[in-house]
Amino acid sequence: MADAIGLWGVPLAVLGGAVRVSTPFLFVSLGECITERSGRINLGLEGTLVMGAMCAYGTSYLTGSPWLGVLAAGAVGAVLGGLHATICGLPRVNDIAVGIALMLLGTGLAFYLGKPLIEPSAPILPSIELGWWSEVPQVRAVLKINALFLIGTALAPLLVWGLRSTRWGLILRTAGESADAARAMGYSVNAIRLRATMVGGFLSGIGGSFLSLVYPGNWNEGLSSGQGITAVALVIFARWNPMYCFWASLLFGGAAALGPALQSVGVSQGYYLFNAAPYILTLLIMIVTCSPKRTLIGAPAELSIIK
Amino acid sequence: VRAPAPALPSAAQAALARLGGAAEYVAIPTLALVVSLVLFGMFVALSGKNPLDLYFYMYQGAFGTWFSWQNTLTRSAPLILAALCTALPAQLGMVIIGAEGALLIGALAATAAALALPAAPPLVVQSAMMIAGMAGGGLWIALAGGLRHYRGVNETIASLLLVYVALAVLNQLVEGPMRDPTSLNKPSTREIGAANMIGSIPGTDIHWGFAFGIIAAVLAYVLIYHTVFGFAARVAGGNIRAAKVVGLAVGRLILVTCFLAGAAAGLAGMVEVAAVQGRANANLAVGYGFTGILVSFLARHNPLAIIPVAILLGGIGASGGLLQRRLGLPDASVLVLQGIIFVTVLASESLYGRFRLFAGRA
Repeated sequence: MADAIGLWGVPLAVLGGAVRVSTPFLFVSLGECITERSGRINLGLEGTLVMGAMCAYGTSYLTGSPWLGVLAAGAVGAVLGGLHATICGLPRVNDIAVGIALMLLGTGLAFYLGKPLIEPSAPILPSIELGWWSEVPQVRAVLKINALFLIGTALAPLLVWGLRSTRWGLILRTAGESADAARAMGYSVNAIRLRATMVGGFLSGIGGSFLSLVYPGNWNEGLSSGQGITAVALVIFARWNPMYCFWASLLFGGAAALGPALQSVGVSQGYYLFNAAPYILTLLIMIVTCSPKRTLIGAPAELSIIK
Repeated sequence: VRAPAPALPSAAQAALARLGGAAEYVAIPTLALVVSLVLFGMFVALSGKNPLDLYFYMYQGAFGTWFSWQNTLTRSAPLILAALCTALPAQLGMVIIGAEGALLIGALAATAAALALPAAPPLVVQSAMMIAGMAGGGLWIALAGGLRHYRGVNETIASLLLVYVALAVLNQLVEGPMRDPTSLNKPSTREIGAANMIGSIPGTDIHWGFAFGIIAAVLAYVLIYHTVFGFAARVAGGNIRAAKVVGLAVGRLILVTCFLAGAAAGLAGMVEVAAVQGRANANLAVGYGFTGILVSFLARHNPLAIIPVAILLGGIGASGGLLQRRLGLPDASVLVLQGIIFVTVLASESLYGRFRLFAGRA
């Protein structure tokens, strides 16, 4: 069968990869989107992602329930987000620097606590087979979809609506556009951003649980290599719109799947360079879409990287 | 009602205020360090280890013996150079966190230079390695600076993304075109040759990279605080609009500063090849670039302060092995401590100006 479809396997594998690999990008970017709309940037999500992956794997191994693992990952993410927001709430503290610090702390903690988890194998999340109608194994592989991806997909339009049309969304956006306006309305900007960063951390933690419980589906120290930071850049590209985050995540997932897809049909030349495709793509997209002359359309005015 | 204190002459008062300010810059980070050590001790106590043992072995492994001092100073060399990669652009208000990438590219360029000159005398090879390493690393970070200036791309994210690109380039070259066919388990380039290694400072096991680091830090200090260029950079860092109004070439400032920053990290990569590894392979990516970020922040981006801070962090790194052997702690415990220190130091930023003790009015 593999021979029958030949090079067609590449676009199929990229498509499958887009669905499979995009989920962590999707959750982290949706989470970061919420945080950034409140006027703060959390660069520490790389650490949150790794920490979430470790906690999810550990919880799933100890309790036997992968869904509890997902929840634990979210909870740890929320705690790390809370830490970020608390420190950023102190006077004269730079949110970018705190993000870098939490990136290092999160990764370090995950490696420290995750040391005993490298050997054992934990139960992982089941997939939903949507490809039962096809004979071609590659098509089946593409349509093997995970519930987390579906949840993320549903979450994107929900967030668009929530940010646009609910009371909470309005308050959040006010804090992101003008802290003074939010204060004038009687809201505590720090409290709003604390919640937004905790929700962002929660979603990023879940994104991490996908890495250890679905794909690749194990725990090791090389699990995440920059997906978290790529997702943060992706939010800029997606113009702080959750629906655009969804499409951008698919694009990045596809780019990340390019190397393995080419290798599966025997093209191993430049394997490592193809693995760098998402990072190069991120840089190229930022080069094309950013401008030194004007502020970005859709950017929350309070964001430190915009000012 | 007390009589007012006799007024000091204004010059003496100013000097006292400056001294108080300097003391504040020493006292607050020191306090943050102590708090971090206590927090780390509590963390380790949670896994059933005695924190006092921890502190003892950390001291022992970092500064306890001449052997550990040499280990510490050797490790601090790449940290000083990598920290400069964050500290120099910080004068312009830029947050560059891509030293790890510049280090890898510098190491690759240096190795390539050495392998391209098989018959040249060692001094020529070493000079070529140094130039190639600094140029490679310099261009790598100048790229991030250029993207910032010409395209408005956030330099923090761009420089971190470039780390992953550099890692891919390293893996690709080491597995492909530059691979030594005899390196089976760990793909590597060919060795640069024992004659081309830069060796140790006489009477010690500390390689010359440490001296390079000190020289680079002093040069960076002079550049920032005692030249027109450095003054212009600090003006631009304080207020970019004012800098443009007075006619400073901000673009050139950014590009040159980023090039110098990357060159420092690239030199660290050259040193790791020419003094430690002898060849380029994945062993180079051990995170000196990331620890360098912490060193720079802890030193408040002051190149002279970077030297003692790098030695301290080098010591923490050096003690990692002993902690692993004696206490059975995972090797990542060093990372945890670094993360705790980083978070605590940033939180302590809010303490500046809070203590009357440092205000210079005794």
